[in-house]
Amino acid sequence: MEELLYYPGCSLKDTAIGFEESAIYASRQLGIELKEMERWNCCGTVYSLTADNLMKQLGPVRNLVHAQEEGYEKVYTLCSMCDNTLKRSNRLVKNDPEKLEKINSFMDREEDYLGEVTVKHYLELLRDELGWDAVREPVREPLKGLNVAPYYGCMLTRPKEIGLDDPHNPTVLEDFISSLGAEPVDYPYHSECCGSYNTVEKKDIVLKQAGKITSSAAAAGADLIITSCPLCHYNLDTRQSEYIRRENSSKPVPVLYITQLMAVAYGNSDVCKFDKHAIDPREALALENKALKER
Amino acid sequence: MKLTDSDQDLVAEVEELSGENLYACFQCGKCSASCPFTDEMDELPNQLIRRVQIGDRRILQSKTPWVCASCLSCEVECPKGNDIPAIMEAVREITLRSNVDETDLRDLDTRGLPEIALVSNFRKKTG
Amino acid sequence: MSPSNEDQETVRIHIMGKEYEVPKGLTMMDAIEHSGYRLIRGVGCRGGFCGACATLYRLEGDYKLYADLACQKTVEDGMYLMQLPFTPAGRKTYDIEEIGRDGNPLLENYPEVARCVSCNTCTKACPQDLEVMDFINEAIRGNIENVASMSFDCIQCGICAARCPAEIPHHHVAQMARRVYGKHNLPKSDHVAARVREIEGGEFDESLQEITSLSREVLEERYESREIE
Repeated sequence: MEELLYYPGCSLKDTAIGFEESAIYASRQLGIELKEMERWNCCGTVYSLTADNLMKQLGPVRNLVHAQEEGYEKVYTLCSMCDNTLKRSNRLVKNDPEKLEKINSFMDREEDYLGEVTVKHYLELLRDELGWDAVREPVREPLKGLNVAPYYGCMLTRPKEIGLDDPHNPTVLEDFISSLGAEPVDYPYHSECCGSYNTVEKKDIVLKQAGKITSSAAAAGADLIITSCPLCHYNLDTRQSEYIRRENSSKPVPVLYITQLMAVAYGNSDVCKFDKHAIDPREALALENKALKER
Repeated sequence: MKLTDSDQDLVAEVEELSGENLYACFQCGKCSASCPFTDEMDELPNQLIRRVQIGDRRILQSKTPWVCASCLSCEVECPKGNDIPAIMEAVREITLRSNVDETDLRDLDTRGLPEIALVSNFRKKTG
Repeated sequence: MSPSNEDQETVRIHIMGKEYEVPKGLTMMDAIEHSGYRLIRGVGCRGGFCGACATLYRLEGDYKLYADLACQKTVEDGMYLMQLPFTPAGRKTYDIEEIGRDGNPLLENYPEVARCVSCNTCTKACPQDLEVMDFINEAIRGNIENVASMSFDCIQCGICAARCPAEIPHHHVAQMARRVYGKHNLPKSDHVAARVREIEGGEFDESLQEITSLSREVLEERYESREIE
């Protein structure tokens, strides 16, 4: 079993626990043990866009220091927002020795960050290091006939400099869906923002946006949507269910984390913690029928 | 039209905070075309940039930067390579750094909200 | 001044900006009293347990701002100190019976923990050497058990809260975690319940009556001759 260093991020320890548990399970089927960093802190979720405020870079850089202290050159992420923030901060300090020096001197208790850690998203591990054939190999319940809409959101592909795929025509999630035996669904909003943190104070914006994205996916024939971002998941799942109640509108589309779809295909849906979802995906996955048949 | 000192202060401030060249913008409007949230804004993203270019400090009262979620749709479209979300952030920061928060934690109903939503909201809307 | 005092080594310190010469080896608290101050606030157990004597200080020629407990820290030459007996920090009122069964009560009651920028200033300031920033991060991700255990030695001095750029009241967050954890997660201890039953059943009424009727002298004598296990 190959051991890889893994940065969970806060949500995967709490509201998105099904993302983490399904990822740990799915990785083991691929011969990989995700080893959680011994010590880590919140990445800050959003990369600071002001050029002068290094205080907001401390969270992400401190995590890179911890990865270095634990003796790893690579750290893997699952959450799109963590991935984006860690990669962009890493890029900033790697390209700006003066800023790195300032940050290192402020963090006087830790060893200096040398700028040699690489951050990789789980999808990059699957696509670039293992390959889609390897992802297909452990499939026990081919998802044949299941129409899955990929939802990239913002942070996997933007900005160009750190995105893991083309920001206009990404294909990594389509390839991922196909490798598990399901059908990728094409629809116009796969990369349109769900409204992000506006869910806290401008809920209406998010409700509308979640309604637009999910109903568009449904109209294109999607049985479910996949994402790798806990904030997108909350907005497309919980806020979609509120939108449907408010508008008295169409059938809900369940939203899964990428690794939940893997776990289902690999034959274990218990690790997915589907009871935590606002819209239960078990019917769409026909898991209930299967369970009945087995009985 | 001639810019006064106070007008030019705004331009310099936004350029310094964002690290972007405001005058690179030639008002093509691609940012606004790609923005998913223009319905909720009182100034389109390209209009906001124009107002900053002419040093109109009233832009600090605009709703637009607080609706912008840094989704970077505009950033990948800008033909001049401007980081428009960074310009939005600079406009937000001018308010936040005067010790005025957009979010008031005291009347926030946080029940059920995931940590990822709160962290990002506070990072963008409190100083 | 007696001859023995002249031989004594002294250090120069500044208390709230005024210079004093005090014997070397005193605690900050003893030095403050030695200089003629009578402490009403900012003093408590004098043993490093109560957290009442939080004190900020700088050393000459050093830009850093340090914090410690006045009853524990020995004065150093060139020390500038100021006591901080109280840090204003909002404490939430909650119903312990209702809270903590689901969701993240720490984040719901103290959403400001989500403002943490991981600067680690709280940890550096903590006189108890707690990993304060790390337990605030555990609070964000809803791990009440870890917050409770990592903050177990917190004495509520509040220095962390005074230093935090994100304005988090760490000590109140941690106290809430320990209370919620104690209420809902720790097993109930049988011997406490048994003793409460004994008290309510009147088992100690007689001896309590006896002791309250004794004179001060007899009480003092009993106290001095008590057996300590």
